[in-house]
Amino acid sequence: MKRSSVLNVADRNASVQILDGNHAAAEGAKLSRVQVVAAYPITPQSPVTETLSEFVEEGNLNAEYVAVESEHSALAVCTSASIVGARTFTATSSHGLAYMHEMLHWVAGTRLPVVLACVNRAIGAPWNVLNDQQDSISQRDTGWIQIYARNNQEILDSVIQAYKIAEAVYVPVMVCYDGYILSHTEMPVDIPSQEDVDRFLPPYKPHTTLDPAKPRNYNLVTLANPRVNAEGVLCHGYMEIRYLLQEALQNSRETIARVGQEFGELFGRSYAKMFWEDRLDDADIVIVAMGSLAMEATVAADMLREEGHKAGVLGLRVFRPFPKSDLVKALKKSRLIVVFDKNISYGLEGATCSEIKSALYGSGANAVVRNFIVGLGGRDVKARELADAVKKSLSSMKEGVLNNEYPEWICEI
Amino acid sequence: MGTRECKHICGESSQGIGEAGRTGEWRSARPVIDHDKCTPARQNKPACFLCWLYCPDAVISKTIPVQINLEYCKGCEICAQVCPTHAITMVNEEEFSS
Ligand code: SF4
Ligand code: SF4
Repeated sequence: MKRSSVLNVADRNASVQILDGNHAAAEGAKLSRVQVVAAYPITPQSPVTETLSEFVEEGNLNAEYVAVESEHSALAVCTSASIVGARTFTATSSHGLAYMHEMLHWVAGTRLPVVLACVNRAIGAPWNVLNDQQDSISQRDTGWIQIYARNNQEILDSVIQAYKIAEAVYVPVMVCYDGYILSHTEMPVDIPSQEDVDRFLPPYKPHTTLDPAKPRNYNLVTLANPRVNAEGVLCHGYMEIRYLLQEALQNSRETIARVGQEFGELFGRSYAKMFWEDRLDDADIVIVAMGSLAMEATVAADMLREEGHKAGVLGLRVFRPFPKSDLVKALKKSRLIVVFDKNISYGLEGATCSEIKSALYGSGANAVVRNFIVGLGGRDVKARELADAVKKSLSSMKEGVLNNEYPEWICEI
Repeated sequence: MGTRECKHICGESSQGIGEAGRTGEWRSARPVIDHDKCTPARQNKPACFLCWLYCPDAVISKTIPVQINLEYCKGCEICAQVCPTHAITMVNEEEFSS
């Protein structure tokens, strides 16, 4: 599992190493020169915390590693460290993320650019340690930007970009990647040099100041209406502060695209789009998936193409802010959209499917939308199953019926 | 002009009386001090001041006699509870409005 053979890439100051997803996340945090790391180990995230504490112990990362007794405390430490001007990092999974729930709101509400790696894992009950995306999807409404990686390279790249995005718009960023499928699977990862990352990522400039010479109080009781402060200035009520959080997320789309583009110019891997497109140009059938499932979907699209179907894949990368208008443009030509979700909003359907349908409303799109719940609790998802689900949707399409009441499940009930 | 002019992006304030708003408006009962019972007033000495120490809004003065700033006293009753001489009584606000 150790970082192994180093192979120099001729034209850039980078090296390719064979890394699993957790090491890629830790490398990303190290290259971002994080100053405070506070985390609590949980399967399958534990190697992230172990690697970072090794980095600090060996003197390879000049950071304070705070060992805490819970995830709630981990994020509380990051909150305090971020508010006094430190670049902070934490990582967790599943029940750990659920335990952070309250602090997720505090971080976003205080507009602190904390970066969190969420190693996606199913949530109880019953106990399960394997992958799905229910944990991060359940935190959708906490005001964090959510980015999903398809492979280990994207994990490392996304962590570095996350700091640049978060510190520009003052919104925290969650970088999500699938447990085991990515976290414990090794693949070649191009690691940029520290000098290049330093050129890309400027030091953190906090919007808050804690200075005894200029005392400030943050997150005081803020009631419904605006009020005049001790200096006679009319200050926000609770609602205005919450409006600004929404506004920041809405506006963050431009920043995410700009940062992704700049990253591409410097490192040769562009992230200028909020989602990945695979053969959408001529596709009339589009498979939508998020995270590593989007990679599996391209194999399914290959199968469908071989069988004569014009299939393409839209891999969602940024889930919050949701790229509504861009997505509508990309899906404009499709007549069938099949959305695979590794999560469900119980009583309705998969979360990404709902978002896509809401984006399409009023766009004039006339595509049939079908939703399949797959891969919960680590259930293996085969490309063949995805392709078959698309074919099943095709054959059951009825004139004028665009929407189904509930999703279908690929399981053995 | 909206609240954007304050330039804050999260809840923040500087030090000052009334930063949390006029908390006196929250009060449903008012602490009333009987200075015949209150130790500093009775002995004309800076003594006791437990109410000053415990008031969470810091609206009680450490003076002779002790005074309460009713603009910001939120009526929590802590002062009345800690007073060893039972000098403070909580009186329903309605009795002052009539
Ligand atoms: S302790 Fe409570 S009731 Fe007493 S003066 Fe302070 S705020 Fe008012
Ligand atoms: S606690 Fe009671 S006795 Fe002591 S100073 Fe306050 S009102 Fe007076």
